[in-house]
Amino acid sequence: MASAPSKLYADDVNLVVVLLDTNPFFWSSSSLSFSQSLSHVLAFFNAILTLNQLNQVVVIATGYNSCDYIFDSASDLNRCFENGRMPVMSSSLLQKLEEFLIKDEQLSKEEAEGRIKSSLFSGSLSMALCYIQRVFRSGALHPHPRILCLQGSPDGPEQYVAIMNAIFSAQRSEVPIDSCYIGAQNSAFLQQASYITGGVHHKPQNLDGLFQYLMTIFATDLHSRSFIHLPKPVGVDFRASCFCHKNTIDMGYICSVCLSIFCKHHKKCSTCGYEFKEVISSTIFGGCVGQKRGAKCVIAGWGFCISHHEFLC
Amino acid sequence: MHLLNLILQTSSFGVFTSSRLFFPLRLPATFSFALQIFPSRSTISFSHYNIHKTMASGLVTKRAKYKTTIKDPGTPGHLRMTLEKILFMPHNPKSAGKLDVEFRYIKGQKHTKEGSNKPPWLNLTNNQNGSFIFEFENYSDLQDCRDFVGKVLAKSGEVSEKPTVAYPDEQLSAAEMELRIKLLQEDSELQKLHKQFVLSGVLTEAEFWATRKKLLDREASKKMKQRLGFKSAMVSDIKPSTDGRTNKVTFNLTPEIILQIFAEKPAVHRAFLSYVPNKMSERNFWTKYFRAEYLHSTKNSIAAAAEAAEDEELAVFLKQDDILASEARKKIRRVDPTLDMEADEGDDYTHLPDHGIFRDGNKEMTESQNELYKRTLSQDINRHAAVVLEGRAVDAEFEDTKAVAEALAQSKRESSNKGESDGDTSRERLDRLSRMTEIEDLQGSNNLPLAPLCIKDPRDYFDSQQANALRTSGDALGGTEQIKCSLSILEVYSSLRESISSIKAMGWKEPIVKPEAAHQVFDALTNSISNTKHNIGKNPQESVLDRLPRKTKEELLHIWTSILELLKHFWASYPITTSYLYAKVNRLKDAMSNIYPQLEEIKGSVPSEFRHQVSLLVRPMHQALDAAIQHYEASMQKRSTQSGEKPNGYV
Repeated sequence: MASAPSKLYADDVNLVVVLLDTNPFFWSSSSLSFSQSLSHVLAFFNAILTLNQLNQVVVIATGYNSCDYIFDSASDLNRCFENGRMPVMSSSLLQKLEEFLIKDEQLSKEEAEGRIKSSLFSGSLSMALCYIQRVFRSGALHPHPRILCLQGSPDGPEQYVAIMNAIFSAQRSEVPIDSCYIGAQNSAFLQQASYITGGVHHKPQNLDGLFQYLMTIFATDLHSRSFIHLPKPVGVDFRASCFCHKNTIDMGYICSVCLSIFCKHHKKCSTCGYEFKEVISSTIFGGCVGQKRGAKCVIAGWGFCISHHEFLC
Repeated sequence: MHLLNLILQTSSFGVFTSSRLFFPLRLPATFSFALQIFPSRSTISFSHYNIHKTMASGLVTKRAKYKTTIKDPGTPGHLRMTLEKILFMPHNPKSAGKLDVEFRYIKGQKHTKEGSNKPPWLNLTNNQNGSFIFEFENYSDLQDCRDFVGKVLAKSGEVSEKPTVAYPDEQLSAAEMELRIKLLQEDSELQKLHKQFVLSGVLTEAEFWATRKKLLDREASKKMKQRLGFKSAMVSDIKPSTDGRTNKVTFNLTPEIILQIFAEKPAVHRAFLSYVPNKMSERNFWTKYFRAEYLHSTKNSIAAAAEAAEDEELAVFLKQDDILASEARKKIRRVDPTLDMEADEGDDYTHLPDHGIFRDGNKEMTESQNELYKRTLSQDINRHAAVVLEGRAVDAEFEDTKAVAEALAQSKRESSNKGESDGDTSRERLDRLSRMTEIEDLQGSNNLPLAPLCIKDPRDYFDSQQANALRTSGDALGGTEQIKCSLSILEVYSSLRESISSIKAMGWKEPIVKPEAAHQVFDALTNSISNTKHNIGKNPQESVLDRLPRKTKEELLHIWTSILELLKHFWASYPITTSYLYAKVNRLKDAMSNIYPQLEEIKGSVPSEFRHQVSLLVRPMHQALDAAIQHYEASMQKRSTQSGEKPNGYV
């Protein structure tokens, strides 16, 4: 359902749902250590909470095997974990995080080598959207929510379909997805997510100043974004994953019935069951590979992919 | 020519008197009425044949006095007007008032009003600001001459119509041409394209409009097919014009008004159909009608009853309209029983005369025999409103009352025939009743038909982790690094947990972020934001086009639409099968080649900071044109190799 009109009672109230990447494989090989990043991130949460007393932060941990809600600033259970050395909220968050990691470790099983060690981003994104839907239907006054993804793990192409579905439902509910990518490569999914939903995407160059990046860019509430300039990416990487092998592709075949993407010619669409008729080869100006009845040749991300390649090469 | 004549005659017949009735006026007990019946749009009045004949023959002869000035008593004589000139011959051949003026010199005319106390004068002004004043014996003569002069003046002032350009290969109706011209006038972009291509011969009219059929159709259907409704003012309450001098009261009736009277009062309509012209003339009919109206307006029901007793036909107008009553009864029977009308008897004041407000505070004893002759204002207003909302039943223009009456009767017959399918209507009513009386709580749940999501193999679609367990690929493009993971799972998790515990133990590092690092980050961010703002624009939605100077932007857009138009026709002409297509393709190719220098010109005219963006914009245009011209040349070559002995390209 479309988002209920947000019952804003002040313009700049934030409700941020943060998806925190806790993929241990990533953190073990990252230049920024987990504890350092945690200190940046926790200070950032406190800063958001001080900007306006009605602000609310919800943290969801994106683990390797599972995802879970870690922290809700509006909940009353935060008082339980007193720790003299840091604010109460941070200590409760850390406590919960530890518990989550223990659970996550227990869920892990032996994996074959060479798999991309991606976190379950699609799962945490779905959980965030469910929480937001609950907020919409709560009937109480609530600020307009947004999602902030702190990701470092690479994209898992096998999650392409689920992530795209989540992105489109966020778009429909008018929930912007901001993304801060602290990994080494570029994340096509995060770029697409921010582009489609109207959020902001940034890849910090200098990870020592992560807190500054977070404060400058991601602390801006939705109302202020109409007059505060945020960095715009030059182009967006629109690469998709094929549905058959989950490879990232930028040229492939599309079923004209259900628009599923395939990297190779198939006789039958695996999603909707449509059978493609025989291949009719004809020369078409522009040099497409071949045209068949029932499927078309397409270049995914044609508009912006060009600029992205220039940017990369 | 005949059409022209008709148009002119109608335009000058605005206030055409056809007949006039005079009755002696005796105040206050009875009034008489003078009637003038105006056919507002028709050329022929039923009772004014003689005047029309003179009009048709182009000659008017009247007795009049010619006065050079207003003070001049005037020379009596004959005024003779033909289509060419005005001739005045005094009775007395010896007097000097002879006048022979051509209509060419007559600029305009003025006359004295009928209702005023002035004698009937007609003043013709000529080019040199001189005037000829004629005094007539009566106003009807004045009227005739005035109309004649008006007609001639109108004819001489007409502008000849421009001949329309006829395209030899198309039969176009006038309506089509009108549509096209209208479309071109409304859409300046279309007009520019049309001018550029059709008028310069690159495309023919037919081809240009062939792709725009939908536009033309839409325009055609937009034309007013609506009927003009009745006026919402109560026209039937027409005020007569009183002529104090002759004690005459004049009503002006046009077929419009007559139509409205017939629509509102079906009893009058029926009376007209039955009485005229058998029992009484139309004039008589209307006289009686207005007499009845007058009686109603005085609210003198006793007098009304008295007159009704004397005159049977008058009685028809005075009684309540029984047709209306029976219709109302029928309607009441057809009312939807689910209609929720809560009316209290005590609240029903609208049926009391004067809304139950009595003069002098006393209640009048209404005599029952005079009940019949009362009619309240609210009844009139309601009936009028009902008729206006129903709309106009007949649509044509009428020449005389008889035609109006018959057309209305015809339409009523048709509508009653339609309404006689009672079986259907009663079934409809029952359906509606059953729908309205449903109690929602007692209904079963209504599951909307949703198409179920049909995914053939959900496992494959959603969950492919197993399928890829043996895959050893990473990112397909770019040779990006994988996470080189040499540690085992256990080690990895434990290192993560260690960092958490270390934070918990030590608290946060002071400071969280070093000032130099923060400063550097901040600088870099603001620099990049301002750079992108400069390059791309403040507004993420703003496109590069908006930042160009307006003229350049318009030219570019226009060139783009003309390229699209040319390409559309170009690609549609392939494969070339007839020589017509061949010629067309050649024309199009020439036009396309002409666009290149235009693009170069635009690129040159743009200030240097925009040059790069403009060239980016222009690149796809070049590509499209290049592809088309390449194809053209390839096909030319194929042709010339295939048919070597026919260099002209005949198929």
